Amino acid sequence: MNRFGLTIAVPRGALLSGSLDLLDKALIDTSEIRANDRKLFFADVGVVTMRPSDVPTYVEAGAADVGITGKDVLMEHPERQVFELADLGFGECQIVVASEHGPDKAAAALARLGVMRIATKYPRIAAEYFERSGRQAEIVTVNGSVELAPLTGLADAIVDLTASGLTLQENGLVVREEIATVTARLVANRVAHRLKAVGIEEFASLISAAPDAQATEA
Amino acid sequence: MNARIPSGTRDVLPEERAELRSIENALLSVFSESGYGEVSTPTVEFEETLQRAGGAAAPVSYRVLGEPGEDLALRSDMTVPIARLASSRYRDAELPLRFSYVAPAYRAITAHRGRAREFLQAGVELIGAEAPASCAEALSLLCRALDASGLKNFYVGIGDAGLYPALLEACGVDGVASEAVLRELGDRDFVGIDRELAALELSSDDAAMLARVPRMRGPGVLTDQLEQPLEQSLSAIREVVDTLESAVAARMIPDLGRSPRMGYYTGLVFEVYDPELGEPIASGGLYGELLGRFGMPVSGVGFAIDLDLLHAAIAGEERGETGR
Repeated sequence: MNRFGLTIAVPRGALLSGSLDLLDKALIDTSEIRANDRKLFFADVGVVTMRPSDVPTYVEAGAADVGITGKDVLMEHPERQVFELADLGFGECQIVVASEHGPDKAAAALARLGVMRIATKYPRIAAEYFERSGRQAEIVTVNGSVELAPLTGLADAIVDLTASGLTLQENGLVVREEIATVTARLVANRVAHRLKAVGIEEFASLISAAPDAQATEA
Repeated sequence: MNARIPSGTRDVLPEERAELRSIENALLSVFSESGYGEVSTPTVEFEETLQRAGGAAAPVSYRVLGEPGEDLALRSDMTVPIARLASSRYRDAELPLRFSYVAPAYRAITAHRGRAREFLQAGVELIGAEAPASCAEALSLLCRALDASGLKNFYVGIGDAGLYPALLEACGVDGVASEAVLRELGDRDFVGIDRELAALELSSDDAAMLARVPRMRGPGVLTDQLEQPLEQSLSAIREVVDTLESAVAARMIPDLGRSPRMGYYTGLVFEVYDPELGEPIASGGLYGELLGRFGMPVSGVGFAIDLDLLHAAIAGEERGETGR
């Protein structure tokens, strides 16, 4: 266990190295986590690693006291009752609508057929976004390689996360609309937030002590 | 033949039922010794009656097909039915009134998330007594009842639903701007609170204070030296905690970030936490206007303990003691 007395959920994938850098700032030894990408539970330092989308699940249930995950995950799962403590400022991405280069097939589909097909890993964010703008969208949920969907005719456009736009570009897709800018967030279990207040405040202030994170659209 | 039951409901078999019964009995005997008479109310009521609260702790989710022209619904808590009962059957009675109950209530759930659609609650309502003494009585009773149930390591988060709105008003924030901040507070989205505050034209002192308050929690809150208007706004919590006997007071965790968006609660609010569970076991508070909506203009204070969660926490503590 770490000196804060907290079990910390850390996301694997794109947010891992930024998260571990912050744990270093809090003087938590991350060398074993960095060296070992198969092990999931590091009891000595109170860290559990998992997919970013599982972080709110563990934190809500109290299996982890605090966790780091993307704002995109929190937006997709508003039913998870976790407290959002801080914008950690790293891992900045955009949630965008993208479609194939050239005339926008999604706009054409909407104009001619009154509805467009959207492939996404974020069915809730996508559905709410198009509903808000009064457009009919049929949401097709896929679990990975969303860029494939417009290329194969599964969908007219996609809603996905992009940092550099490189993957979109390599697959011949262009950004049509930006839905939100998201960054990594620190979340806490609501009981731990009260019962482990001292440890959580200390941990939070150490890892978010960076120069003020830019205000982001959330 | 294997007939299904709806997700979020369950059968209770003898082993579990016996354990639940002994918890119920322990709670009820504490309630009864303290002068709280047990009542039952109908499971179905007129929907109009249940909605009169203007937003219960949980929304009314199940409507029932009655005779034509009857709009019936399942209660989502016991506080509203008891407010109705008190106002219709005890209108001219001497106050205060003390009632207790063990009864199921109903709420909408997301299927297969482990949440119960039908959940058993034990609780009390103290009607027409003066705060802060009424709140102190309820908190002492809550702690005694949980002690009697066998729960050991619990704490009571205690806040004031009116505190943050009053501070916003004192800083000149009202209307839409105030709503926006309170919405983020309701979600406990601290990033959102900071964002909404940054959008306002506040003096830097006020901005810092409004950002700090939702994060303030823990025993130190009441002992630290605080500036005005914060010190003044703490008085509702302080005057209750000050009258508690020390064993009860030791379980209190003042929490200034409690939101006003909790149904009918208008003043002191509280929740029970146990390290064994990731969610609160019990909740309650002071409601100043609910009874008035039933034509009985007095305030009440009450709490409801979720028996399944209490049972799980007790079982968790026992497992911890025997060594996991």
